[in-house]
Amino acid sequence: MRKRLGSWDVLVIVVLAIVVVVSSVAVEGFATSRFWGFLLLDVIPIALIALPMTLVVITGEIDLSVASVLGLSSAVMGQLWMSGVPLPLILPIILLLGMVLGAVNGLFVTGFGLPSLAVTIGTLALYRGLAYVVLGDKAVADFPFSWTGNMIEALPGTTVPWVALVVAVLAVIFGIVLHATPIGRALFAMGNNDQAATFSGISVAKTKFWLFVLTATIASLAGFFWTMRYASARADNGAGLELSVVAAVLLGGVSIFGGRGTLVGVMAGVLLLITLRNALQLADVPADTLTIVTGTLLIISVVGPNAAAMLRARLRRRRPAVSPAAGG
Amino acid sequence: MRGMRTRRMRLGASVITLSALMLSAVACASDDEGGDPPAAGNSAGASGQIKEGLSVAFLPKQVNNPYFTVSDNGGKSAVEEFKGEYKEVGPSEASASSQVSYINTLTQQGSDVIVISANDPNAICGAVNQARQGGAKVVTFDSDTNKDCRDLFVNQVTAEGIAENQVKLISDQIGGAGKIAILSATANATNQNAWIELMKTELKKPEYSKIELVTVAYGDDKDEKSFQETQGLLSSYPDLKGIISPTTVGVAAAARYLSGSQYKGKVALTGLGTPNQMREFVKDGTVKNFALWSPADLGYLAAYAGAALASGMITGKEGEKFTAGKLGEYTIGTDGVVVLGPPTVFDASNIDQFNF
Repeated sequence: MRKRLGSWDVLVIVVLAIVVVVSSVAVEGFATSRFWGFLLLDVIPIALIALPMTLVVITGEIDLSVASVLGLSSAVMGQLWMSGVPLPLILPIILLLGMVLGAVNGLFVTGFGLPSLAVTIGTLALYRGLAYVVLGDKAVADFPFSWTGNMIEALPGTTVPWVALVVAVLAVIFGIVLHATPIGRALFAMGNNDQAATFSGISVAKTKFWLFVLTATIASLAGFFWTMRYASARADNGAGLELSVVAAVLLGGVSIFGGRGTLVGVMAGVLLLITLRNALQLADVPADTLTIVTGTLLIISVVGPNAAAMLRARLRRRRPAVSPAAGG
Repeated sequence: MRGMRTRRMRLGASVITLSALMLSAVACASDDEGGDPPAAGNSAGASGQIKEGLSVAFLPKQVNNPYFTVSDNGGKSAVEEFKGEYKEVGPSEASASSQVSYINTLTQQGSDVIVISANDPNAICGAVNQARQGGAKVVTFDSDTNKDCRDLFVNQVTAEGIAENQVKLISDQIGGAGKIAILSATANATNQNAWIELMKTELKKPEYSKIELVTVAYGDDKDEKSFQETQGLLSSYPDLKGIISPTTVGVAAAARYLSGSQYKGKVALTGLGTPNQMREFVKDGTVKNFALWSPADLGYLAAYAGAALASGMITGKEGEKFTAGKLGEYTIGTDGVVVLGPPTVFDASNIDQFNF
């Protein structure tokens, strides 16, 4: 594990720790269990979608349609609920919908060999448009409290929402798959060099196809949680969430060019992003400043690791000339 | 290896410095706000005064939206009058759930009054109820949440009030007789359709018997479409006397068309518009008068309503009365609704007093 943790992820964890310590001292109301209960509820959808997104970005692809998949799932939920379909049946239906939406992304990327950035910008608009076709600007809200209330219920005696625990378990599973199985190694190999991976017997297209399916399915699941949490099925649910997810993944040290990153780093990135945002909010920093902070973090997270890698590479090249002893 | 580690450490140090800078900004901000609001005086009785030092937070649908900037500033002046602590927080995007984390933040900060315009009637319900359990009084304004989730709703105007006002304005302008048309927003806009239905009812009154509503056109709240629809109305009905456009986009586009056509000053136009949009058309004689509620008064009234609740002067029950500073006395109606009053009519004599 130590080998897999690069310097960047450690840095993110350290920064997160500093943010927590400083905010506890400087921001009133931060060091309370209530704050963390609210914070974990905000973290859930982003953390959930960041799990498969990490795998996608490590293979050198990206999926920008996730928030639209969330919105379309929410709209379909609303429409199904209005036509009398019970919730235990709605859940599998929208997961199936997620699979189909992901398969469309996967087909365009792997079947037709199109860049995932272009494809998923297209489906970002397409799926959001479909969401409005399904539900218009209506909001469906009459879900039973037994579902909406339970979805944000805290574990007994704590303020930790039980769903956060589910996400944590999923994160461990994703971490094991990525860092301790042949599948994980294949994903890194694909991100480093598609062709080399193909020659070494990895079926790149098939793996990527199923990754897009997985991502959209989890985005649909996040859509279910979102709809229940806010007790409101709407076509515009989760609008813009893809940026938070991508920001968290990159902040966590996953290279935008693929091939590098850890899940521990990503989860720290998600927590850092949301903790910083909520702490600043609690300190009455205006919304526009929050957007600037998020944008700055995103730039740092893209430039930072690459600048560090470049420095390292230059150092390696230069060293023999500077210090002849290094050769021996 | 040593060199590499140094570089890493240097990079680390710079990132940590950066985050420390951002955090010191946090610290400053929280210092400025100065922790808890000063303790309010002893709880006042039902007939008492507004407590001093109430913390009143305005949470608009979206910050940096001109409409809410004006209405929240109205709230600010009210809060200054009763010596409370005013603050405006809110999302930069008006999406359904974006207000929830701001409500949570206000709950943690122990706000006494939250004045909110809901982006979605249901998405904020849970968070608002948590805030109320934490002791906050919640007043919605401009756009309501479910009536079970808030203490009061300050409504800008009733649908009946709009219909009466609009029909009266056009009738006065065309001398009580002739053909009129309505230029609406979209064909499925709930509020527009409710107003139009009530206008039709209003037109059945004897005093309007000589007025004939010939058609309802839809400009879809798009400037260009509304402009073209106005042109269409005048070519289809050459003897049209007047147009009512109860939407700010529609009325401005219709005024622009009329001001540049032979119908200027001959075909009457009224509707719901903002003074800034309509000023030039009132001054050049295209439009005699039009109406809208005052967003500043709306925020002002909502702040007083919240303060009256938080001071224990009212509980939100139907029939209770409270005084809202310069606006005078208000009575709570059914379902905890307080209506600001009839729309304000703007014409050449008063339009320069308004800036929104």
